[in-house]
This record gives sequence, C-alpha cells and structure tokens, in this order.
Amino acid sequence: METVKFTIDKKTIEVEKGTTVLNAAKKAGIDIPSLCYFSLDGMKIENKPGGCRVCVVEVEGRRNLAPACATEVTDGMVVRTNSMRVLNARRTVLELILSDHPFDCLVCAKSGNCELQSLAHRMGVREIPYQGAQSTYRKDTSPSIIRDVDKCIMCRRCEMMCNDVQTVGALSAINRGFMAVVAPAFEMNLEKSPCTYCGQCVAVCPTGALTEVDHTRDVISALADPTKTVIVQTAPAVRAALGEEFGLEPGTLVTGKMVTALRELGFDYVFDTDFAADLTIMEEGTELLDRLSRYLNGDKSIKLPILTSCCPAWVNFFEHNFPELKDVPSTARSPQQMFGSIAKSYFAKKLGIDRKDLVVVSIMPCLAKKYECQRDEFKVDGNPDVDFSISTRELANLIKLANIDFNSLPDGDFDHPLGESTGAGVIFGTTGGVIEAAVRTAYELHTKKPLPKITFEELRGLEGLRSATIDFDGLKLNIGIAHGLGNARKLLEDVRDGKSQFHAIEIMACPGGCIGGGGQPLHHGDASILRARQKAIYQEDANKPIRKSHENPYIIKLYEEFLGKPLSEKSHHLLHTHYFDKSTQIIVE
Amino acid sequence: MAIIKLPECKVNQLKEICKSFNNDSGELINVLHKAQDVFGYLPAEVQEIVAKELNVSVAHVYGVVSFYSFFTMTPKGRYPISICMGTACYVRGAEKVLDEFRRELGVQVGESTPDGRHSLACLRCVGACGLAPVVMVGEKVYGRVAPEDVKGILAEYANL
Repeated sequence: METVKFTIDKKTIEVEKGTTVLNAAKKAGIDIPSLCYFSLDGMKIENKPGGCRVCVVEVEGRRNLAPACATEVTDGMVVRTNSMRVLNARRTVLELILSDHPFDCLVCAKSGNCELQSLAHRMGVREIPYQGAQSTYRKDTSPSIIRDVDKCIMCRRCEMMCNDVQTVGALSAINRGFMAVVAPAFEMNLEKSPCTYCGQCVAVCPTGALTEVDHTRDVISALADPTKTVIVQTAPAVRAALGEEFGLEPGTLVTGKMVTALRELGFDYVFDTDFAADLTIMEEGTELLDRLSRYLNGDKSIKLPILTSCCPAWVNFFEHNFPELKDVPSTARSPQQMFGSIAKSYFAKKLGIDRKDLVVVSIMPCLAKKYECQRDEFKVDGNPDVDFSISTRELANLIKLANIDFNSLPDGDFDHPLGESTGAGVIFGTTGGVIEAAVRTAYELHTKKPLPKITFEELRGLEGLRSATIDFDGLKLNIGIAHGLGNARKLLEDVRDGKSQFHAIEIMACPGGCIGGGGQPLHHGDASILRARQKAIYQEDANKPIRKSHENPYIIKLYEEFLGKPLSEKSHHLLHTHYFDKSTQIIVE
Repeated sequence: MAIIKLPECKVNQLKEICKSFNNDSGELINVLHKAQDVFGYLPAEVQEIVAKELNVSVAHVYGVVSFYSFFTMTPKGRYPISICMGTACYVRGAEKVLDEFRRELGVQVGESTPDGRHSLACLRCVGACGLAPVVMVGEKVYGRVAPEDVKGILAEYANL
C-alpha cells in the first residue's frame, strides 16, 4: 500500500494514497462538515459532485479553497479545516443554500432528521442575510413518495442512487440555474415515470425534498373506529432497525417490545409478516421444484432460472425494463400480500366478520409496499387485501405520538395463528435470506432427507452480486443473488440473452435487502448500521426453535384446514399473481 | 405505460443517426444536434427513441435537452427568425428589432406562430458584426435592420 504523509490542523498523519481530505480527516479525528457528499462504505455507493462547497478547506500554497470530499491528499500537503477564511466561506456557502430554502422546519416531515437543519444548527446560523427568490415548484405525490423540490438543495444524491446504483433512471437534474430541479423526464409526475418506488432516493435525501407518503393518520382513524377489527403484520427487517429510532444501538433486536407497543397502540391482533414469509417459501419453493423437475425432464415450455418475487420494487423494475421476461419470476405474491389475502379470507372467516370490517395494516421497511398494496390485482371488489402500509419510521412516530416509552416496554409475543414464524421467515429481511429459506425447504422436499446443516454461509454477505452452488443430494443447484437494482439488471441481461447459468435467483431492490429499505430509520451513509441489522436478523433466526418454513405448525394447519396443498387451485387464487408490461411502447405507423 | 407513435421513416432516420455515432451514450449531444437538424425540434417521442437507442434514461436525455438553450422542444417555423443579440448587434438596437418582431408575430422568443410559418429565437453573434444589427430568416441574412424594416421582411414570406 502506497502511503502519503500530510498535515491537517497541525496533526501529521499518514494515509493511503488516493484518500480524500474528507476521509483522511476522519482518521485524524477531525469531522469536516459536508452536505452533498454521501457514501456507503464497502457497497460501492458514493456521491461526490463537489457541488455544495460546505466541506471546503484551506490548502497551503493553493489559491482557492478546496472541497475536501473531492480533493486527494498529496505528500507534504498542509491543510487547515478551521481557519477564519474557511469558517467564513463555509458560513457564506450555507447562508446562500438557505437563502432560497423554505422556512417551514417546524412542520417539515424531515424536521429532526434533516442534514441541512443539523448543519445550520452546528454552524450556529441565527439569521439569513440573503433574501433570495423562493422556488415554487408543484408538489408531486405518488402512491409511495412525495417530491417537494422547493426543499431540494441539488446535492444530486437521489440522482446518483436512481441512476448509478439502481439504474432506474426515473430522476435527473433538468433545466439550469435557478430553474434547475431534479425531476422525471419532461417534468412528468413520478407516477408516470419508470420509478419503482424503491425509496432509495428518500433514504439518502438530506432534506425534506423527498419523503414517504404518510399513512399514520389513516391507521389512527382505523384504530379509533369501533366497527373495525384492526390487525397488524410486521416485516422481518423492522425488528432489527426500529430500536434505532429510540436511541438503541443499531442491530438491537426489539421484536418483543415492538409487539407490546403495537398492542398498546390498540391493534386487535398483532401478527407477523414472517408467517406469510413461511407461506411464500411453501409456494415459491414448491414452484421452484416443480419448474426444475419439469425442466430436467425436458419440458421445453419451462423457463429457468426462477426469480424471487417478494420485493415490490423489483417487480416494478422488471415490469418497466424487462417486460419480455415477465413470465420468468415466480408467480408467488410477496409476503405482505399473502398475509393480506389470507387475513381477509381464512382469518376473517374464523372471526366471522366481513372482509370490509377487517383492516389490515402492515409495518414495512419499504416504500414500494405502499404502492404494492394499492395494486388492483390485490383488491377484492375494491377492498384491498392490505389497507395501509406504513414504514418503520412511521411506526416509530406512531409510538411516540401515543406516549409509549418504548425502551421500558416488556417483551410481548405475537398472536396466533398468523403470528407464528420460523427462522426461515425472519431471514427474508436481508439479502440472501429468501433464497436460503427456500433452499432449506426445497432441499428437504426434494431429497426427502433432513438438512445436514441448517445455515448456508455461502449465500450470506453484503457483496452486490453473489453466487453459490448447493448440492441437492446429487442435483447441483446454481444460485444467484443480487441486491441493488443495478446488480439485478446485470443478472437480468444475462437471463434475457440466454447466458444465465443459474437455476434460481434472489433479487432485492435495496442495498442490503430489506434491512436497507427506503422506509427504515435513516442510516445517513453509515454502512456499519446495515451490517449490524444484518447480524441481528441472523441472530433472530438462530434464536428460533423452528427454522424451516415447512415445519411451521400453523402453516401446516393452514394447508390442512384451508388451502389444501402448495400450488393448489385455492393457493393460485389467493397467493399467486401475474405481471404487466409497463415499458414505453414505440408504435411505428 | 407510455405509448409513442411516430411514422416509420422518422423512426428509421433517428435510428440511423444514433447508429452513425455507434449508439454511444457519450455522443448524446451530437446525436441530439443531428436529430434537431432533421426534425427541427426535439419532441418527447424523439427523446424516447434516442434514449432507447443509446441505452440511457429518458430523464437523462431530457436533462440535457432542457439544459442547453440550443435544443428546443417546440417545433420551429418553416422560416425560423433569429435575431442576433451579440454585443455589436445589441448596442446597435437589436432589442428594439426583436420587440418589433414580437409585436408583429404575436409570439415570444422560443415560440412559433400558429400557422407554423415563423418561429422566433435569439442567437449570439453570426460573425457579421459589420452588418449589425443582424437578423436571419432561415439561411438568409438581413443586415442593418431597423424596427421599421420588420414589416417588409415579414412581407417577403407572407405568401410562401
């Protein structure tokens, strides 16, 4: 490793060649403020347009101030991060950024979590000397995401996520000068664009320019309605992150406290999406084996690989970008929708109530789930299977609103029958988890032998693209894993071109899988938070007495009492779906 | 699902333009220049096809089109009028000439007349400063134009 020695605020340190002043400063214990800069270490995600100039520093011998995020350290360099010249310039830059920023912090959805607000606080800004013109762009509300570009500071983080990481290409900087905004093509609304609602733009937005559509009021109204039975399902990744909103260490599992909090909020039954994840495995795993055996027997109509279909942003992605492959993914609905479908049929019947009097709320780490539950194919006579989907952040807000002291809550247990889950259901929350859960069940169904080892380390990790070969007692199954839609695109292109060697592929839209979802507590670029959440998910799996979906007693009972068997007619009706071509069509006249 | 309808010959023409630049996304600006030469402007449909051919997002293409003032999404007239606003023309009264065109045509800069005959644009220096102020109609150059000349210039095209 080639190193360089330099001096920063009178400290001399040695760093790897190529390190930026911003990162080198961190090693010297110096925290240079930055705004547009964003990175998720080790995940190849970085935004450094050097545009905001908040991180400027003084470099001896250099005429102008240098942006620390985009300036590499050189041998013998002498840097000052806190000289009067730097402090004045930084303040002026911030004051100019604030000069056309709306002053509605008190009622802004991002208040308390806004990086611009924190910076103004840190710099002790008490007045804005510049009165600039205010942008008055229209607000754009989609099923999942709200764009309020008057609050945009043009840091371009969302653009980087949408284009470089996710390759969705819904957002781009358009126009110029004061009229410049980040918007979809032709300034159309997000809903008309190829947006997948993955929410990664929201996850990195430093201000309130991009936020989720808030459904907490709808949930409060439903809970207050005495004619409704309100039930809740919680996605696996929520329990590994919710604690962060209450000051707990990242990676703290709060399953028990979350259940108690939901009960105190007034939900009639607290259930678990993990139960539906087990159900997904029964359907998807069986579908995998069915497709595989027909393929191996020479059935030419069967296409492989089979792709997972639990991630709604991923579903949107291939509907927009790979419509020709729309019969390749599994037809299994996502766990959220399987839960809703079973709740409003099987469970409503058990309670003896009409589905319209049962309100299903889901707690999701995801913003695309808000769109998913509004899709027409997941409604019966206009009544949705899942009424409201709220994010981990929204749940935290609800808990705070209800005066619940989260950290002192005793642990509670999920209700039955839709609250029982296995370790296989839990690991749906991280990249690699769905396919590991599927392998655990498919192996035993196929070989009729118990698994020699329950965990598959070869499927785990945070690399964007991973692959492994699992030996199904002589049948070698090639498995691919991608998280982040840009990585998914690479696997998809191989599938389209007939070059894919995989039998099964798991795809999650968000970096890290659901643990890094667009609805999770904001990580502000700290990748160690994602790692801690992933560890917590595997810990929860290890703690479970049952770790294979097909051994979940309530799943077995559900099939005995109601569904018959996986891929039965009833299963197809309630638990499977079909996909649509949402691509732009060019018709030649 | 957006549906785009364009005549086959136009689609093929566009594809040819993209192909002449090896469908290289780095040549986007050059492709757009050529496309604007052919179509006179860059409607959404054209941008969609260019995006598809160069394998970039439409949002990106629109970002470039909306950034550079040379690109336009409104169709140019059959006889596009450009008034030079370069320094020499400006100091010799180009703005008054522009005002007169605006009044006579009833359109703003960047717009076209409803009959599609003329569109109005400004440009920076055509290299004929000795003739300032300069007006171009199509490829034809008019020099030392005064506001009183505007009616006469427009009359030349009234029956075309």
